[in-house]
Amino acid sequence: MKSLIASIRLVIATMLICVAGYTALILGLARLVTPDTAEGSLIKSAGGKIIGSHLIAQKFTQPRYFWPRPSAAGKDGYDASSASGSNKSPTSSDLTERAKTIIPQYGATAEKPLPPELAAASGGGLDPHITEHAALYQAERVAKARGLSQAQVEELVRQQAFAPGGIFMPDRLVNVLELNLALDQAR
Amino acid sequence: MNAILFIALIVGGTAILSWPLGRCMKWAMDPDLARSAGAKKFDRLFQFFGGRFCAEQQNWKQYVVSMLVFNVLMFAVSFSLIGFQQHLPLNPDGKGAINADCIFNTAASFTSNTNLQHYSGEVTMSYLSQLFSLMWLQFVSAATGIAALAAMARGLAGRKNMGNFFVDLQRATFLVLLPIAIIVASLMVFGGMPMTLHGAAHASTLEGIEQTIARGPVAAFLTIKQIGTNGGGFFGPNCTHPFENPTFCTNILGSVSIILIPMGCVWMFGRIVGRMRHAAVVFVVMLVFLFAKISGAVWFEQAPTEAFANLPIEQNVGNLEGKELRFGATAGPLWAVLTTCTSNGSVDCMHDSLNPMTGLMPMIGMWLNTTFGGVGVGMINMFLYIVLAVFVAGMMVGRTPEFLGRRIEAREVKLAVIALFAHALFVLAPTALFAAIPDWGAKTLNNTGPHGFSEMLYEFSSANANNGSGFEGLGDNTIPWNVFTGTVMLLARFIPIILPLAIAGSLAAKRQTAESAGTLGVEDGTFGVMLFGTILFVGALTFFPAAALGPIAEHLQFMR
Amino acid sequence: MSQKPRSLFDWSIVGPAIGDAFKKLNPRLMVKNPVMFVTMVGAALTTIGIFTSAGERGFVAHLAIWLWFTVLFANFAEAMAEGRGKAQAATLRRMRTTTMARGLRNGREEKIPAPDLQKGDLVVCEAGDVIPADGDVIEGIASVDEAAITGESAPVIRESGGDRSAVTGGTRVLSDRIVIRVTMEKGQGFLERMIALVEGAQRQKTPNEIALTILLAALTLIFLLVCVTLKPFGVYASAVFSVPVLVALLVCLIPTTIGGLLSAIGIAGMDRVLRRNVLAMSGRAVEASGDIDVLLLDKTGTITLGNRMAIAFHVAPGVEEGYLAGASQLSSLADETPEGRSVVILAKEKFGLRAREMHELGATFVPFTAQTRMSGVDLHANGTEPTIRIRKGAAESIQNFVESSGGAFPQAVQKTVDEVSRRGATPLVVAEDRQTLGVIELKDIVKGGMKERFAHLRKMGIRTVMITGDNPLTAGSIAAEAGVDDFMAQATPEDKLERIRNEQAQGRLVAMTGDGTNDAPALAQADVGVAMNTGTQAAREAGNMVDLDSNPTKLIDIVEIGKQLIMTRGALTTFSLANDVAKYFAILPAMFAATYVATAGQRGQLAALDIMHLHSPESAILSAVIFNALIIIALVPIALRGIAYRPIGAAAILRRNLLIYGVGGVIVPFIGIKLIDMILTALHLI
Repeated sequence: MKSLIASIRLVIATMLICVAGYTALILGLARLVTPDTAEGSLIKSAGGKIIGSHLIAQKFTQPRYFWPRPSAAGKDGYDASSASGSNKSPTSSDLTERAKTIIPQYGATAEKPLPPELAAASGGGLDPHITEHAALYQAERVAKARGLSQAQVEELVRQQAFAPGGIFMPDRLVNVLELNLALDQAR
Repeated sequence: MNAILFIALIVGGTAILSWPLGRCMKWAMDPDLARSAGAKKFDRLFQFFGGRFCAEQQNWKQYVVSMLVFNVLMFAVSFSLIGFQQHLPLNPDGKGAINADCIFNTAASFTSNTNLQHYSGEVTMSYLSQLFSLMWLQFVSAATGIAALAAMARGLAGRKNMGNFFVDLQRATFLVLLPIAIIVASLMVFGGMPMTLHGAAHASTLEGIEQTIARGPVAAFLTIKQIGTNGGGFFGPNCTHPFENPTFCTNILGSVSIILIPMGCVWMFGRIVGRMRHAAVVFVVMLVFLFAKISGAVWFEQAPTEAFANLPIEQNVGNLEGKELRFGATAGPLWAVLTTCTSNGSVDCMHDSLNPMTGLMPMIGMWLNTTFGGVGVGMINMFLYIVLAVFVAGMMVGRTPEFLGRRIEAREVKLAVIALFAHALFVLAPTALFAAIPDWGAKTLNNTGPHGFSEMLYEFSSANANNGSGFEGLGDNTIPWNVFTGTVMLLARFIPIILPLAIAGSLAAKRQTAESAGTLGVEDGTFGVMLFGTILFVGALTFFPAAALGPIAEHLQFMR
Repeated sequence: MSQKPRSLFDWSIVGPAIGDAFKKLNPRLMVKNPVMFVTMVGAALTTIGIFTSAGERGFVAHLAIWLWFTVLFANFAEAMAEGRGKAQAATLRRMRTTTMARGLRNGREEKIPAPDLQKGDLVVCEAGDVIPADGDVIEGIASVDEAAITGESAPVIRESGGDRSAVTGGTRVLSDRIVIRVTMEKGQGFLERMIALVEGAQRQKTPNEIALTILLAALTLIFLLVCVTLKPFGVYASAVFSVPVLVALLVCLIPTTIGGLLSAIGIAGMDRVLRRNVLAMSGRAVEASGDIDVLLLDKTGTITLGNRMAIAFHVAPGVEEGYLAGASQLSSLADETPEGRSVVILAKEKFGLRAREMHELGATFVPFTAQTRMSGVDLHANGTEPTIRIRKGAAESIQNFVESSGGAFPQAVQKTVDEVSRRGATPLVVAEDRQTLGVIELKDIVKGGMKERFAHLRKMGIRTVMITGDNPLTAGSIAAEAGVDDFMAQATPEDKLERIRNEQAQGRLVAMTGDGTNDAPALAQADVGVAMNTGTQAAREAGNMVDLDSNPTKLIDIVEIGKQLIMTRGALTTFSLANDVAKYFAILPAMFAATYVATAGQRGQLAALDIMHLHSPESAILSAVIFNALIIIALVPIALRGIAYRPIGAAAILRRNLLIYGVGGVIVPFIGIKLIDMILTALHLI
């Protein structure tokens, strides 16, 4: 009984301090220091409309845009309210089937094999990045669709590419949404 | 080369950080009241919060009763909050009611520090449920573990009074978890993590598609989930979600926070017991297991995605299915091992999509459950193996086995082996049940053959180890899965806490014997090898057949 | 009882043991050993499987036979250990069956069969009688031949009162008549208890054995779980695992090696104690002796030879050394004490002085008395008046003697006396009438090899404390020479008790030996108390062991046996578990080859786990089972003899045993199973 009373008192104390107090503190800090990222790193158009988030991949199917990695989030993929990976074993034939539908979209051949991340779904289905290599792989298609020279597009890709892990990670990545925005703006 | 440096820096750096942390934790959890005025003031504050009962000293039985009462209340409060979330405030996206079996599973999961999630956070839970039910439990369930370790260590130090649970709980919550959470959460906020109470954002993409972007008070939630070895994500896919883990740096910070307190717990244990050399031996044994599993995981994950083998896809990169590019190639397997060595269970790549043998490493982590382990409880689990190792090694040196000067006799062995048997039972028995009943098991799987078996095996391994990660392809929000994993989580949480406390209580009551050259030393490398061997053998002999039918069969079938 | 080592596989023991192995199949006995009980149930299930299984009957029958062998081998090991103990006990028992006692009831003598004697009965024994029961002499004195139990042929004196009053049943009175009060309950004498212990009839499990049994039972349960769950796993993996194969896997995994040998180890430990002529009251006492931290040893007879010996002559100023030697020799000629004899021997060694006959010299011996505290001779050169009086004794006594004769006690002699004392030796001053001749130095001689022995003990982590009635100076010097860790000088029985309590309060386990009645409290207080057989009944009741040879050094042997006992258990447990790795690699590939295959009969991918490349699934399983059974027999000698104990410190022992029984335990079965598989294949047995 004494334990129960003490327990009830502690439930109240811990909720007040660890939930209300702690959350308020971090919320306040976030609002003060990083108001943009705290709201989800949203990208807004000139008109103030939300286009997306820097951190969240979105679906691109038109040839004039760079395409992100496949997504298993939600029914049609890229559902930022229901993130998910494919959860398929790397040995699963389902993955082979999925890859077989993706390969013709990119026109990959044995001579020009597809960079693997373009066939492999990300963990949350919302990975906003592809490697610089995978972006350059798509440059020809994008350039053709936009009537630009391939070199121009490749130049843009190289400008956008960055190395997130410094010396620990040799890969250079590009943010697909940012790259596509830059493409639209370059016009 | 980069990978080795990367891993060595994260693990080594955290190990170095854990040393001062252990010192602080000892100060916080087991203060020398006679000498520390600050600690006295805190104790008065804790008595103010918890009432006069907090001034009483408890023996191991009273301590356990208090712990259970508080934990029952934790379960009840969170169950009710989630159950009524549709009627409660802080629900900007209007989340609805949830099935009772899923609520049971979730409340059990978070009470037991497991955070196995048979729901998807951003789809199912209101902000109130996330914060006042789940995040609250992430604090107090972790604190329960730390408190239990402090009590056990006091018993092993020979004190008949194991302290007061309610004081220990507050010490762990307010003096250990909360300060670290505030620091780490601030860093996470700087790292670009969302922290808002606004509802989902509605975007219209460049191609004009509507996209609903779920968000929320992620930074606060994520932090305590990491440092308290909880692991339950704000979003369904956990730390693979860009909002829960936006950059390379937050990923490193996340990795560090997973093992920081579990490492510190070993030192805290050593300090309370007064045997730092013994703690060091235990620490090194844990570290060896950790590096062995990391090496295995990183090695096997270098193989490219097997499903793409004969397609026009580049084969020069490791398996990328279920991984995020921004963390780099080694981060996924490293995290997978860290999160399962400790009972954390957050993921930064999808374990279901790991290569077969890589997927075995997390399972080994959960089967052994002593490689630093959950906050507090990892060291408690380790104590069971220490009892066993001391018993066998003690006999081999020709004396009635003793640990820290107290004899390990029938009662201690009995309690320890019951806990170890329970550990095996709660993995193998329910997995067998679900393997035999296709409606419960096979029909809920996302993969076939050995990998499907791995999904079931993993689920119960995770529930039993209070880990919470999953081979998430499993369609586990069904009544059988919810009920069985929920029950396993609760039993596997409290049996391995209560029995070691009972052993410590029983040892504390014994006459302490002097140590001599003929006594088994628990502070040297030989004992370290013995302890290593004991853990390895018990684990391997118990789980090898299951491992063979899961990951090993899949590996032999596809990866040779 | 002889010390003759009995060959391990003596047919007179092996024969009956084989029979006993079958008798022990009684389920009510088997259930006491959970590991072997499970094995037996498995064997029974497999036997049923011979008739119910569809095909492969020959294979199942093979399995069944070897599973039964596993059980029988374990029973055989236990029966062997018991047989050896029984053989030892039979010698003891033989002498008690026929004895008729001459009981004294109401003052009259009557014949009572020895086994019917009650505690408190009075018994008369005269020359030639066998003493019918343990007891105390309450009247008379007699010489007793205890060769029957001690192997020592010299008769010993037993008399009423004092410290030598206890007699043991089965010994024979050689002279005189004594009345004995029986001190044991019917059937509760030392011998009966010991016989029951080694025969296993009354064997109770020791604390460590109970703890180990619990561990083994739990491991058995875990493996049972592992094997039982494989059946439903098989449902998912579309494979049917047959019951006999699952039983084979189970029996191979559960710790049958240690489970089968556990009781044999315990019995053999008791037996080894008995072989050293020590009667232990319980297995618990033997086990506890392995835990000893402190040994309290009496100096006399244990550490030193028991008698002081003359080692040097120190002359007084103006006296020739030869003259001193001569006088010393004369004074000691008739002195039959060991000290006296040693003086004669020293004189002969140093100066070639031959012993002379007393009466030739006309000398009379003046014996040592408590009043004079000296001894010597009076030489009668011319009749009755003594002309020359030679005396030797303690310094003060001789000083009195010399001064009363009108002489002076030289300062130089006093200095020598002090020096000798300081060395821890005993000075005997020799004087001739009023002249002080010099000093004989008597010294305690430490037994050979004791220093090494104590160093060994120290490495085992055992401290030795020497107990002596000597003064601290003497005690300290002998302690240093013998290399003991500590000593208690001028120790009274109360001091001993106090010391034991002190050590225990500091968390140490104490062993001691004792013989006198006044040792009884200390013996009772000590964790291991070894009473000397020559000691009083009180002392023997208080201790938990009796040394029939009354050799206090034996305590060290007992400690080693205790350690060996526990070590053997630990080592075989490790070995047993380490074996499982190879068995997994033999049996699992054979079983799992049938999993995840589309069509029956095909070999699945998991067959690749067969790293030993065994002939066929059947031969693999059978080889593992056969190895598992044979290893029990192979380890019987280790179980009976105990593994070698070396005093090299705990960490080094652990390393050694881990290497031999841990690493060895992993490797050996790989070789063994492969060999058996090759033999089975070569003989077309499968």
